Amino acid sequence: MNTQSLQAVLDAGHPVADHRPWPRVVVTPGIWNTLIEGLASNIWTLLGLWSEAEIVHLAVREEASGMLSVASLPCPDGCFPSVGRRHPPAQRLERTITDLTGLHPVGAPDVRPWLDHGRWPVRHPLGAATAPVPPVPPYPFLPVEGESLHQIPVGPVHAGIIEPGHFRFTANGEAVARLEQRLGYVHKGIESLLKGASLEHAARLAGRVSGDSTVAYALAFARAVEAATETEIPARAHWLRALMAELERLAHHCGDIGAICNDAAFALMLAHCAVLREQILRASAACFGHRLLMDSVIPGGVATDLPADGPDILRSLVTGIRRQFPSLVTLYDNTASLQDRTVKTGFVKPALIRQFGCGGYVGRAGGRAFDARRTLGYPPYDALKFEVPLRTDSDVNGRVWLRICEVEQSLALIEQILQKLPSGPVSVALNTLGRPCEGMALIEGFRGDILVWLRLNGDGTVARCHPRDPSWFQWPLLEAAIEGNIVADFPLCNKSFNGSYSGHDL
Amino acid sequence: MRKFLLQNLWRPPLTVPAPAPSGQALAELGAKVDQAARQRLGRSLAIREVDAGSCNGCELEIHALNNAFYDLERFGFHFVASPRHADVLLVTGPVTVNMREALERTYAATPDPKWVVAVGDCGRDGGVFAGSYACVGGVAEVIPVDLHIPGCPPAPMQLLEGLLALLQVN
Repeated sequence: MNTQSLQAVLDAGHPVADHRPWPRVVVTPGIWNTLIEGLASNIWTLLGLWSEAEIVHLAVREEASGMLSVASLPCPDGCFPSVGRRHPPAQRLERTITDLTGLHPVGAPDVRPWLDHGRWPVRHPLGAATAPVPPVPPYPFLPVEGESLHQIPVGPVHAGIIEPGHFRFTANGEAVARLEQRLGYVHKGIESLLKGASLEHAARLAGRVSGDSTVAYALAFARAVEAATETEIPARAHWLRALMAELERLAHHCGDIGAICNDAAFALMLAHCAVLREQILRASAACFGHRLLMDSVIPGGVATDLPADGPDILRSLVTGIRRQFPSLVTLYDNTASLQDRTVKTGFVKPALIRQFGCGGYVGRAGGRAFDARRTLGYPPYDALKFEVPLRTDSDVNGRVWLRICEVEQSLALIEQILQKLPSGPVSVALNTLGRPCEGMALIEGFRGDILVWLRLNGDGTVARCHPRDPSWFQWPLLEAAIEGNIVADFPLCNKSFNGSYSGHDL
Repeated sequence: MRKFLLQNLWRPPLTVPAPAPSGQALAELGAKVDQAARQRLGRSLAIREVDAGSCNGCELEIHALNNAFYDLERFGFHFVASPRHADVLLVTGPVTVNMREALERTYAATPDPKWVVAVGDCGRDGGVFAGSYACVGGVAEVIPVDLHIPGCPPAPMQLLEGLLALLQVN
């Protein structure tokens, strides 16, 4: 058992200059192994694991002190000690590292490819980029043994209007014995596209990692760029960004609450929640020119200022939702047939949530009180009053209620922002350091915490950028949530997680 | 629940008036749509949505078509769960290499006569993802496309205009 602090462990490494706002430290295999032990014993939380051609980066956070850091291990022989061997949340990230750069995690329990389906015209696109070696054997799903089991393969093309992915159910009658996910179908090579991109183009790409979190990703990217270049943006830009982020959260939470109920065949909630959602998107378009607010947050500030009638539009939006939403909550709470489907369905053990460092509504419905807005307190949230709702029931019903509480918080936040919105410019030109620099940001999207790490070239183009979606630590828990539930409850469980395929597949 | 349903009897509908079919879409479709197909399918079209690698932005706006404001079903369009039931494939995304075969197989599973509508800037030419090793770039690279609805993502009104053009062409 490790009793050293993260600071003490990393003091033995070599800090990298020009990495902001948190330190990045080049470490030895010995320190790397200490970090693995700390992760495995839940002292530290895994925030991200990614690599370049010859170096692997591990972002960790110490819960006790709140310290956040990146440890980088050079891999001259193409290998690094596997984190996933002792800490399962890292396994899919390591399989991705091998797919994209060819680095090999030594001792990894699962070495099957993850994003690479053997179809790309190149192997290890972020590493040596060699030609592929056909033919690729069929993907080996994990074996499930026992009497009276049957398998149900679902996807990649699903029955609804949702993203593609493959789910392999093994069921005993109605009860699910195992769900195995296979993702990677929407891998677009975003990290390769980001390499060498201008900041303007890279910001557009970052805003399309997962379209439903476009504000959150653009914000994370912008904050990482601003940290790297030591750019201070105007106060009004911070506040407008938060306004956009809360509108995004509000729209998706309203949509999700309706969609979860619809998956229990309660279409009335969907119909009414979809109206609320549409009203939010229309108000967003009226204020900032885009329904989903794409390309509204840019490095250096925001693209458009709130128009003169903006505050009135948003105040009447908030008033309207305040009028309509409570009766929908009552409807949800008073419909026993609906509660029958959601209560105790898709339970996730709080211990698993802690181990996976699972954020967002999945984490907070299962007792993990992490919300980057509060825990890191980036501006303007340090000057705003809000609560971080927390529950411990960790089932579909808990995740619905968490969203309901967060809708109320977001409404209050929008009102506060409108009230206190500082005046002044909404963007600033970025500093040019003229040398390579690195930045990082961790921000709270509607789904959970999004991490963006990047290195800029001296000319201001992107040398490397890694966006990490909250879904990386949520998808695996869906496999655990469905165990023992009936197959027909999978859509409910899945929707209550609402993982991003695009954000995960990159 | 009764209160909700009763209230809705007295409220005016939220639904917006139907937009005119997009002129650009009509021009693109004019030469392509077979009159016989049009007569056989009538004014009711079943749509299968296929995400071939989109960022999920297009899906959000396609979803919105079903809300009370746009109410797609009043025009005879409805979304179906299987390509076997579909007349129209609504395809989004730059067609990732990993989704190419799934898209081809979905197209093959859709009975004739059928139309393909490529949605969004990615569906047209790969959009911001064009040039990636992991993207084919444009739905038309993989299956024949009858209509493009551009936008990033196209707003529900633009989607509606494009889809209405499908019904109007004779």
